[in-house]
Amino acid sequence: MKAFADLLDRLVLTPSRNGKLKLLADYFRDTPDPDRGYGLAAIAGTLDLKSVKPAMLRDLVLERMDEVLFRYSYDYVGDLAETIALVWDQERKERIDDSHQPRLGAVVTRMNALGRTEVRSAVRDLLDRLDPSARFAFIKLATGGLRIGVSARLAKQALADFSGRDVTEIETLWHGLQPPYETLFAWLEGRAERPVLATPAIFHSVMLANPVGEGDLDDLDPADFAAEWKWDGIRVQLSASGTTRRLYSRSGDDISAAFPDVVEAITFAGVIDGELLVGGTARSNAPTRSFSDLQQRLNRKTVNARMLEDYPAFVRAYDILFAGESDVRPENFATRRARLEDLIDKAPHDRFDLSPIVPFSGWDELDRLRTDPPDPVIEGVMIKRLDSSYQAGRLKGPWFKWKRDPYNVDAVLMYAQRGHGKRSSYYSDFTFGVWASGPEGGDMLVPVGKAYFGFTDAELEVLDRFVRNNTVERFGPVRAVRAEPDFGFVVEVAFEGINRSSRHKSGVAMRFPRIARLRDDKLPRDADRLETLMAMVEAKEAG
Amino acid sequence: MKPDQLLYPAPAGLYCPAGDFYVDPLRPVPRALITHGHSDHARAGHGTVLATRETIDIMAIRYGPDFCGASQAADYGEPIDLGGARVSFHPAGHVLGSAQIAIAVNGTRFCVSGDYKRGTDPTCAPYEPVACDVFITEATFGLPVFHHPEPKGEIGKLLTSLRQFPERSHLLGAYSLGKAQRVIRLLRDCGYDKPIYIHGSLARLCGYYVSRGIDLGELRPATLEKGDATDLSGAVVVGPPSAFAERWARRFNEPLVAFASGWMMVRQRAKQGGVELPLVISDHCDWPELTESIRELSPAEVWVTHGREEALVRWCELNGFPARPLHLVGYEDEGD
Repeated sequence: MKAFADLLDRLVLTPSRNGKLKLLADYFRDTPDPDRGYGLAAIAGTLDLKSVKPAMLRDLVLERMDEVLFRYSYDYVGDLAETIALVWDQERKERIDDSHQPRLGAVVTRMNALGRTEVRSAVRDLLDRLDPSARFAFIKLATGGLRIGVSARLAKQALADFSGRDVTEIETLWHGLQPPYETLFAWLEGRAERPVLATPAIFHSVMLANPVGEGDLDDLDPADFAAEWKWDGIRVQLSASGTTRRLYSRSGDDISAAFPDVVEAITFAGVIDGELLVGGTARSNAPTRSFSDLQQRLNRKTVNARMLEDYPAFVRAYDILFAGESDVRPENFATRRARLEDLIDKAPHDRFDLSPIVPFSGWDELDRLRTDPPDPVIEGVMIKRLDSSYQAGRLKGPWFKWKRDPYNVDAVLMYAQRGHGKRSSYYSDFTFGVWASGPEGGDMLVPVGKAYFGFTDAELEVLDRFVRNNTVERFGPVRAVRAEPDFGFVVEVAFEGINRSSRHKSGVAMRFPRIARLRDDKLPRDADRLETLMAMVEAKEAG
Repeated sequence: MKPDQLLYPAPAGLYCPAGDFYVDPLRPVPRALITHGHSDHARAGHGTVLATRETIDIMAIRYGPDFCGASQAADYGEPIDLGGARVSFHPAGHVLGSAQIAIAVNGTRFCVSGDYKRGTDPTCAPYEPVACDVFITEATFGLPVFHHPEPKGEIGKLLTSLRQFPERSHLLGAYSLGKAQRVIRLLRDCGYDKPIYIHGSLARLCGYYVSRGIDLGELRPATLEKGDATDLSGAVVVGPPSAFAERWARRFNEPLVAFASGWMMVRQRAKQGGVELPLVISDHCDWPELTESIRELSPAEVWVTHGREEALVRWCELNGFPARPLHLVGYEDEGD
């Protein structure tokens, strides 16, 4: 448990991706089975541990300490698990040697073997035998409140880093394996053959496209390619074999539980690549709805009937990887497309449709189509070589994505916060705003977004200097900067989309905002107004 | 007379009328007794200052030689009569020169602990319990959540990180008096023998510690001249935490910010401060040390000051020690 607790303590405070990968890879290398496998499961969200109610933990701690002292402590710390971990030892206690603390594997096995009446005393005993940091990790695991900012994908990348295997191979195996993943580690360390999967309906790494760069298309013959719309949903993979049906995100996370409407409608066997959207399919003659509508359904563990009715989900199919049990990835795009059309034609019309092929004769024509697509839920075009097989990863050549141009507004810098790691001495996270009519007449700035990239290192120097020299107020780590009609800093903000939002004071939310340019040639009074942003939202809604 | 007529908080600080002196006053007074050199306890501008030799030296380093009208050095354990009061200084184990001040007046023995700790610290004389009727204790970490771990284990985290991220400069935040020298000494005791780089503001105090016989190994200035391409990749750089948010920190390669403080016990504190590697190393008592001290001294009264008074007062009530908060303002946690 100690090694895992140390890892958690470091991960939550390590902002950089490379730093996290290093910490994870070292943990996987240095920790024995089965502990590392359970640690991996805890991080990737696949750990099954008997749950403990916070109320019981509170009872246990009050058996040993005064309620008033506990309340003072809880008020100060603010997190129940952390408070209990810290106050558990009231008196000085001999340091628990690392090697005498229960191991993660032992904790998981013991907890999962307990009968209902045994939980209380077992938890008390474990809390006694763990040190504060391990106690915190244990409570977070047992109450299901672990938040460490590491995705399953990142954990798999760390497995790849530590073993030298390709991450796509690990992803392919992932859903067929169970914690504590001993066969996986044995293979990663070269001690055993690649595990053979018993469970079908597993995830296969997806094929990704490269953005069209300057001159990329010049030497390519349009006749060798097919084009499709690039839909603004989330990329998914549907996998069905026998009675097992699964929906995976692009990174291989199993999201089936949140989308029973889609999963239960699967009538075919095989593996399909597509876009998850909400609204109506093309065949149901109802419009496809925006990304913000889809967001209502994302990041949920379960879904209620109301959500299912208000935000019906469907899959717009792009490609096919397996037809039944047969792997069709080596076939060319055109052949696979024919198979896909046949399969989707027979699938339920309200839950599945086909991403249409966009006919075009030349790159110029496609360029016009991409910039002015016929549906607001389109964010550009995909270009796929007709002879391309389906290959995992992001190969340069077979597939391209060509997005519509980003939106742009001029906004005024309002707040800044210091970054992390390399940027810890720079004000590098910026909140910017645009003008709106104030409640008492007159104009005021309302924050509309936050950006922490897009600028060059030299531009960051300029921004940082402005923040340091023009701070008007500090709120903890945040500085408010001067932002008046005739004095302030204007930045051009580029973003991929804009939607209504009830969670933001301004009423709008931008997607992927970044600082595209510093506009030192402009005064804040020349920056854009909220009405301009609202018009963008309305134009998008009107299609 | 009741104890609170013999020693009580006045606007300038804790005052003893029998001896006409203040302890750690916040404003200039004619006669001040100073427990230790942290700036919230030791201020400039008093008439006469009575403190340990080291505390007087440290005040002179920080405020210049004219920091007071006249100073008198007190040896640990040696009684000094001031009017109707007899005072003596006793090691507090907080920082070099730190003292608890015992005051005997009208047959009542007070002990003003100042800031103190009971864990091992090779950079200062260890805490000695002082028998008293009224114990005036700090309560900086006066909540049951504070349990300071073994400091060498914390330094071990830094050494592990240096091995894991050998390319990154490790910036170790530590307050300039006491904590900085203690973490440097701890690094040496854990076998780290490479040069340690220090922020300019630490140089004189580190030099003073060395002159008092505390070996800190090879120290180099981290304040490099412009254009000097000396690469501090993988080096340990010790500085006051405030420096790491400043432009000064940009000379380092992918800095990894560590912070040695008792506050690092609480995760959210570390997170808010942008600290990547919190090291729980404190120069104050943790909760068990506070409660053990009170049990051990078993005073007739406990007065609790600067910190989390309410929790420690509550503990005293539960354990049969008459206690009350002593509301002294103006003490911050500079030392931690």
